[in-house]
Amino acid sequence: MTEITEGRCRIPSGCAISGIFSRSGKRFSGEAVTDSISVMHERSNGLGGGFAAYGIYPEHKDRYALHLFHNDQDARQRCEAFIEDNFEVVAASTIPTSRVPAITGEPLIWRYFAVPRKDKIAAMHVDEREFVAQCTFDINKNFEGSFVFSSGKNMGVFKAVGYPEDVAAFYRLSDYEGYCFTAHGRYPTNTPGWWGGAHPFSLLDTTVVHNGEISSYDANRRSIEMYGYQCTLQTDTEVITYITDYLTRKKGLTYEEVCDVVAAPFWSEIKKMPEEQAELFKYYRTVFAPYLITGPFSVLVGFEGGMMALNDRLKLRSMVAATKDDMVYAASEEAAIRVIQPELDRIWAPSGGECVIARLYPDAMARLKEGKL
Amino acid sequence: MAVNYIYPEQEIVRNYDRCIACRACERQCANEAHEYLPEQKKMTSDDAKCVSCHRCVSICPTRALKIVRTDHDFRKNGSWDKKNIYEVYKQAETGGVLLSSMGNPLDFPIYWDKILLNASQVTNPSIDPLREPMETRVFLGAKSQDVTRGADGKIIPKTTPQLELSLPVMFSAMSYGSISYNAHESLARAATELGIYYNTGEGGLHEDFYVYGANTIVQVASGRFGVHREYLDAAAGVEIKMGQGAKPGIGGHLPGKKVGADVSRTRMIPMGTDAISPAPHHDIYSIEDLRQLVFSLKEATAYKKPVIVKIAAVHNVAAIASGIARSGADIVSIDGFRGGTGAAPTRIRDNVGIPVEMALAAVDKRLRDEGIRDRVSVVAAGSIRNAADVVKAVALGADAVYIGTAALLALGCHLCRTCNVGKCNWGIATQQPDLVKRLNPDVGYRRLVNLMTAWKHEIEEMMGGMGINSIESLKGNRLMLRGVGLNEKELSILGIGHAGE
Repeated sequence: MTEITEGRCRIPSGCAISGIFSRSGKRFSGEAVTDSISVMHERSNGLGGGFAAYGIYPEHKDRYALHLFHNDQDARQRCEAFIEDNFEVVAASTIPTSRVPAITGEPLIWRYFAVPRKDKIAAMHVDEREFVAQCTFDINKNFEGSFVFSSGKNMGVFKAVGYPEDVAAFYRLSDYEGYCFTAHGRYPTNTPGWWGGAHPFSLLDTTVVHNGEISSYDANRRSIEMYGYQCTLQTDTEVITYITDYLTRKKGLTYEEVCDVVAAPFWSEIKKMPEEQAELFKYYRTVFAPYLITGPFSVLVGFEGGMMALNDRLKLRSMVAATKDDMVYAASEEAAIRVIQPELDRIWAPSGGECVIARLYPDAMARLKEGKL
Repeated sequence: MAVNYIYPEQEIVRNYDRCIACRACERQCANEAHEYLPEQKKMTSDDAKCVSCHRCVSICPTRALKIVRTDHDFRKNGSWDKKNIYEVYKQAETGGVLLSSMGNPLDFPIYWDKILLNASQVTNPSIDPLREPMETRVFLGAKSQDVTRGADGKIIPKTTPQLELSLPVMFSAMSYGSISYNAHESLARAATELGIYYNTGEGGLHEDFYVYGANTIVQVASGRFGVHREYLDAAAGVEIKMGQGAKPGIGGHLPGKKVGADVSRTRMIPMGTDAISPAPHHDIYSIEDLRQLVFSLKEATAYKKPVIVKIAAVHNVAAIASGIARSGADIVSIDGFRGGTGAAPTRIRDNVGIPVEMALAAVDKRLRDEGIRDRVSVVAAGSIRNAADVVKAVALGADAVYIGTAALLALGCHLCRTCNVGKCNWGIATQQPDLVKRLNPDVGYRRLVNLMTAWKHEIEEMMGGMGINSIESLKGNRLMLRGVGLNEKELSILGIGHAGE
């Protein structure tokens, strides 16, 4: 039997998402987000769960935390030779896990804290982040049996095939403390998912959890692949991650501007805007037209110092946002927020295309940079 | 009496029980196929003069006429069919090159008909265009993604010149001369009302139509007919015609009998002379020369108008398109081998070029492989017949399409394929004043607007079914396409899966 996994075919999924963010940079454990996502058990089917956690490795803040799945020791050794060749690896170990009966078939799960080798970067004539991104693509495309599922600094992705609460237990998520967690429970329509195909999907410090199935997928994919990205998994999440990375890191757009591009207002709305604003949206819809995303989606994008929540412009997927003091929440269902914070200052359903962004307060951001959060 | 080798292709069948001998058919037929016999007080017809344009059929008040394909035939022969035999007879008689009109009519594969579209279900909702916004607006032109910001950090929303279309369809190049004043007026007014563009073709722009300039693309072809300062200034965009799908490798050909006073003035050529464009542009013998013409036209129009380069779909079309994308052109237009023409050598029309579906897929892929797809827009042309063809073309990678034949059909053309004769009974491909006036521009433009409005609705329905509510998300979205009955090679060139995959 041919194995039907990500990258060999396109697997539509329904899902649950949840995110928690402390704007003051208060670090909290992964327990809360686990409680939140597990309320939405019915929205996943045990074929994929995962988390992104920010601010969890302050002691390694200047090193890239590479999380990898290896199918076997041979694959690991081949891949590690490549990593050693391109990075100075400061620490390498397996990621601590606990035995959970529901989680089976785990690959070798390794973590490397690594610094790119300067001579290698110079030889490639790119900046450091692009170098790390290209190394990630290289491994995921060319190293059979190895897969990089997290490659940012002071953050990490943890994901597996299973229900999210089991995945959290498996990775001992409550042992990690960060200022932001996002979570995902997956409901793929067919086939046992593959660990790499679970969400979040990430590149550098950008992570995406996503609920939906975008109809613009192939238009988006074929456009982004022109600019050095390789969509090996055929998942919406992957392409949304790359679009976000391209627009922010390579084109210098803000996250607010990214929202305006990927969930652009309808022409009928643009027509009603003041001229200057209308001109700007016309510009987005002309120049960045290939990155408009259509079809249902709700996404949480995590990035260094921030979290963005966004719905497609018709709001074809549920998503609720809320605040309490410095905390910002976003989830597929209100219950997933209430279960961890019954008292809220504000709770609302962001409208289609409405950009909700939580950022660290400036002083917290400064402390994050110093590794003193 | 000389032996006539040719038996007419069609027969005029008259139902004498219905015919009232009103002689309308006689008056309407510029080919003089009908004749009244006074002694017998009845009509007769000469099949040999009939071109099968159906004008008489359409105006006959008692529906007494029909045109049928003759059943007169040769002994069956797998190699020598009637077409080939007759062509030998004609050439043996005249010693000339055979001329034809409109696109390649032969039985080559039509890939549009072997491609099927997707629809959403369960995991992804379809979108109802009657209840939700559905957007078909496109911009044609180079899309530089280099963001510039002012001192205040705000993005400066500046782009290179773009053509804005309310739907991804334009009327393709058909010159004044090859078609009539009234046909041009219909196209120009329809384009203006629809918010799209029509294309002057290579025959210049009649001074009466300068008022439609905002929706006009003017063409600069190898003959340079009618090209001057005001002509360029009047237009929204300028198209360099390097090739034409109906006749790759050769230039335009307007028979002298279609060159009357008005056409002569507009084209800036003497009355009654054949307007034969050189096969190549004699100032373009290579890609670097094309670049110079692109920039000459940009200089002449102060960089305010996009420059389109139109090429015929030939074997190395992908490489040519890539060169054009790098030559400063804003838009490349690809004309497939089924594209129409007012006059072309039959042998060229029927044997040169490749299907636009293949050419489009190859060009879009090559431009993406080279990372320069955003530098140009791609327009596909050459037998786009309906809204589904448009949707499939966009999903294969086109920014927009040109339609020529479909637009002429809307004006009344019956595809008799004798435009070169200049006696179009429908007032389209003729310059005879009595015939031209049969095409009322008030009616003609309305029919074009109706056609495009209908297509727009259909495009929206198909997009909505796919869960796509904006045309930019359809562009190049080949996952929405599946082939049926295509072999591996065809699928791989088209870049689509087979049905069931």
